[in-house]
Order: sequence, then structure tokens, then C-alpha cells
Amino acid sequence: MNATTTLPGKFGAYGGQFVPEVLMPALAELERAYISARDESAFQGELQQLLITYVGRPTPLSLAARLTAHCGGARIYLKREDLAHSGAHKINNALGQALLARRMGKGRIVAETGAGQHGVATATACALLGLRCVVYMGTVDMARQAPNVARMQLLGAEVQVVESGSQTLKDAINEAIRDWVANVKDTHYLLGSALGPHPYPTMVRDFQATIGRETRGQIMAAEGALPETIIACVGGGSNAIGIFHEFIADESIELIGVEAAGAGITSGKHAARFADEDVGRPGVLHGCYTYVMQDADGQIALTHSVSAGLVYAAVGPEHTRLRELQRAFYTHATDNEALHAFQLLCEQEGIIPALESAHAVAEATKRAARMSPESVIIVNLSGRGDKDLDTVLGALREA
Amino acid sequence: MTDPVDLVSGAFTKGRPAFMPYFTLGYPDYERSLQIVQACAAAGADLMELGIPFSDPLADGPTIQHSTQVALANGMTVARCLTAVAELRARGVAIPLMLMGYYNPILAHGEARIAREAAAAGANGFIIPDLPPEEASTLEEHCQRGGLALAYLLAPTSTEARIKLVAQKASGFVYLVSLTGVTGARSELPSALSDFVARARRHVSHPLAVGFGISTLEQAQQVGGLADGVIVGSKLISVAGEANDPVKACGAFARQMVAALKDTDPH
Repeated sequence: MNATTTLPGKFGAYGGQFVPEVLMPALAELERAYISARDESAFQGELQQLLITYVGRPTPLSLAARLTAHCGGARIYLKREDLAHSGAHKINNALGQALLARRMGKGRIVAETGAGQHGVATATACALLGLRCVVYMGTVDMARQAPNVARMQLLGAEVQVVESGSQTLKDAINEAIRDWVANVKDTHYLLGSALGPHPYPTMVRDFQATIGRETRGQIMAAEGALPETIIACVGGGSNAIGIFHEFIADESIELIGVEAAGAGITSGKHAARFADEDVGRPGVLHGCYTYVMQDADGQIALTHSVSAGLVYAAVGPEHTRLRELQRAFYTHATDNEALHAFQLLCEQEGIIPALESAHAVAEATKRAARMSPESVIIVNLSGRGDKDLDTVLGALREA
Repeated sequence: MTDPVDLVSGAFTKGRPAFMPYFTLGYPDYERSLQIVQACAAAGADLMELGIPFSDPLADGPTIQHSTQVALANGMTVARCLTAVAELRARGVAIPLMLMGYYNPILAHGEARIAREAAAAGANGFIIPDLPPEEASTLEEHCQRGGLALAYLLAPTSTEARIKLVAQKASGFVYLVSLTGVTGARSELPSALSDFVARARRHVSHPLAVGFGISTLEQAQQVGGLADGVIVGSKLISVAGEANDPVKACGAFARQMVAALKDTDPH
């Protein structure tokens, strides 16, 4: 067979490229650049070197001994993406794409951010590589993630306020795409999750797959066996696909994604695309055919969660495919469950998790109690929670 | 009986560049959006693009974004857009009517169903800015069955291979996006526009209509000197938004545009 020139653009029926014509050539250029970089040892070598010497990889896999004792069941391990430089797994992808942008000769980066973690990661990578950085962020998110706004600005990024629509992640993506459309010649859109038009879902997954590869070696070293269950929160789904990807062929391992149930599924105020048949069904948002929260007329629904990083109306297309194949399963945790898990991890393990990651911890505590002490659960602790202190303290005061 | 797709192409045979306004259905309200379309048709518009509002119009600038938000707040739906087309036909609007909107509401309505209902209502086709030909085979089939045009877009960034692809799949006309950017008024036309139109012309046998960023009579005349049709959207929305009597103001604006294009030699 000839060398690959294009990657599969879909996961089953999901994915694709539903974008304005002006971007189609840019996506083709990005795909070509990614394929050539992926297969080139110099590019991979530079990325690996930075992941080790700058990001601090491999991140540890920690046995959560007191949390395990507290739950009374399966041993719970935490994959510590919260310890990656800039505080979350987002840096793995941001650094990969920033290197790619530099290689493509694009000196200007635009990005969207919800919780601010991807914005911080992008601003970090741009500072490191000397790229101009513009981050779009909704006003609602700027208010609840103020420390991350300050961080991005300190790192030299220009934070653009998004006042359109619901003023959250979806609208920040709209504005980032509009910017990209207007400046496509010299600008790379550094999309932060495994969603959007092809090749983003594949490329972002590949940059995040380092999480799962490290996890395999670490759990084999610690336990001499693979885990029963791997759990990750799912907004767009990049930390989840990053840890799942390595284990998809290990069919005995249960892969569990946790969506944000907000105030509860029946309240209608949530971001659980797979959990609510009234609003979650296949559709197109931001260039991608996947599960989308929408009304009967195809208008995109508003999403709610205490966690800004999980507030997105669509889910990465590979998750939709894994769910269809019943290779991964998707459940949800409410705001209250996430807040409870947040406190639990602080008190039992001395770790302040991101509210996003706390959703995965909540699911782990539920499952661990039902499993035998011989079994192992790995939670992808995708980020740290410093950014969430105001939100959490506010919520606890109200409770 | 004339093929409805030929009716669309027929809009470009008036001996002058066609004037093709875009207007968002449901803005500033349902009834006045219909009256504005009627006023434009009466003023001599050759074809109209009727906007189906969408919550997340990522190819649009602030003016059209605002109009779609107002339309949605007014309760506009895909079904009401189809009713609007039927109503316009009942009121005697005879020019080709193309429905323009983003893909998700069309998908949610059902591709077979919307093609069937649009044809029954008297629409002539669709323009879907986020549906490139690679993803459009299902809708294309339903449009062909319903005798509807599915107009594709080209942009200044389009490669020769993509221009050929669109040339091969074109029906009705080809929509040339004048610039790399979102919709909305600009002070000047992009300098590379004539090269872009010429590049498209080398491969596309269908009429070429140019849109995005055209707001003044002078710009319309310049574009009319290059292309077969001139699309004006955001400016018409602004005219409606700023006037005490939006229907009258839009009609007057359309008359000026048509008159300006009469003085333009076809390319």
C-alpha cells in the first residue's frame, strides 16, 4: 500500500467536515501537515522531549489508599494529569498543535476556552514557542474562572470577550472559528478537545493518547495486571479518549465516560448529551456529526453544569461511535455529586481536583463500593482545582 | 413545465447582473419579513435568499447573527419558514426563492422531508454554508427528486480541485464568497476578487453570484461588472433594523440596487 495521504474522516457515521468552504482547504492542509509531522522522528522527538522536560511527563499514577478505604471496595488509582504543567491534560494537545502550527509557518494561534484550562495551556505553549495567541472566552465563563483569565493574560495571550449566545464554550468556539475564517492564511485554530471537523478529533486524540500509554505501563508495574475499569469525565471528551484509546482493544476493561448532569437530568439543566433522549440526538455542531443537545427544530440547546469545562452541547464523535459499539459506556454525575467528590478527594487524598475531574471521581466512588477489593479502577484526574475554589466555596455556602 | 432548477438559472438572464438579496425570515417579525421579501421582489430583485435562523451561525457576522436571534426569539422555526415560502407564493411573489440556512436545523427536520415540503411550498432550492459537497450526497439526492437546486459555495481559498468539484456538482448557480471572513459590510471589496471570479469562471459553467461584504451601490456595480449576480444580505438587514418603516426602506434600497445594476454592463 502507498503511504497514507489522508486519514479516515469519520468514526462509523460520526465526524466529518461540516464547515464553510473557506475552511475546507485549511483542514486539508492541517491534515497533510499532521500526517507528515506524525510520521517524522524529528517532530515526535521534539514533542516527546518537551513533554518530559517541560510538561513533567510521565505524570504519576497514584494509589488513592484512603479514598479506597473510605469507599470500601475496588482499589482506586488516579492518573495525575493535574500534575502536568499548567494544571491539566490540555497541555499535551496544546503543545502538539503549537509545534504543528510553527511547522506550518502559522505564527498566530486562536483558541477557545470554557473552564480556561485549554486557554491557559494554549497561552503556555504559545509563550514557550513564541507564537501570538488569542483566546476566546464567554463572559459567563470569565466570571466563574477569573484566575485563569489572569493567567492567560500573564502568559501574553489576548483574551477576547465573547458576549454572543449563551456566553460559554459553544459561543467561544463560534467566535474562534469566525476569527479563523477571516485569518486562515496566517492563523492556526488550536481546538482544545477531540471534536470539531476532521482532522481535529483524530489529531487531538493522538496527542492525548500519551495518557493511556503511560497508564498501561504504570498499572502493570504497580499491580501486575490491567484494571477492571477506567473512568474519565466527558465534556468534549479529550481526556477520556486520551486514556481510553490505549485500552480499546483490551475488551475486558470497562471504559466509563461521565457527563455532567448539572441540576439533574429531569431538571433539563445539564450537559449530558447521551442521557436525555428529549434533547440529545445526532446532529451537526462546529463541523462535526455527533450527539448534540438540541431542540426539536435543530437549534442548539443551552447546557448547564457547575463545571465550565463540561458545558458543551456536543460530544467528540469517537465517543458517540464507542457508545454505539458498546465499547465504552456513558453515565453522569450531578453538580452535587461532583462537589461532594471534590471535597472527598481534598480530605481523603490531599488533592484538589478540577470540578470536571470530580465528576469522574464521583462515579468511581459509586462503583468502587460495589466491586471486590481485588479489582482496580483508574480515574483520569484530568486537572487540578485551584481555578474552581470560588465556585466550590460559593456552592458550599449556599448548600 | 419549466424545471425549477432552470428557473433559478433564469434569474441570471435579464441582460444585467442579477440582484439577489438575502433576508432572515422572522426578522424583525414574521409578517414584516414576508412584506420585505415582497417589497424586494416588487422592486425588481431577481432571486431571494430566505434565511432559516440558526442559534449558532458561525459564518455570519454580528448583523445577521442579531437578526437570527431576533427571529428565533419570535418563534421562527423551519416549519414556519416553509409556511412563509408558501405564503409568499400565495401573495404572488414569482421570483426564485432559495432557502439559506445551516445544516443542523435541516437535518433535524429531515432531509427527505424538507426537500419534499420545500418543493411543495414553492421554494426553488437551498444554500447551506456549512454543507460542503463531500457531505451533501443525501440532500443532493432529495433535492434532485424534488426538482430543487442545491447551490454550493466557493471561497477565495478554494483550490482548483475544489473549484472543479463544485463545478461538476453545481445546480442553479455557484455562490462565490468574496472574502475570507464572515458576512457583514466592509468598506472595500477585496482586491483579489476579479482573479477569484476568473478562476471560478474557468471551470464553472453555471452563473456565478458573489456575496459577503457588499453593501454600497458602487460595490454592487463593481461586483456586477465581474459576476452574474450580486448578493446583499447584512446591509439589507441593517436597512430594516434602522428604519421606522422597514418594509418601505428595504423596498427603496432594493430599487436603488436594481437601478444601479441596470447601469452595469454584464461581464
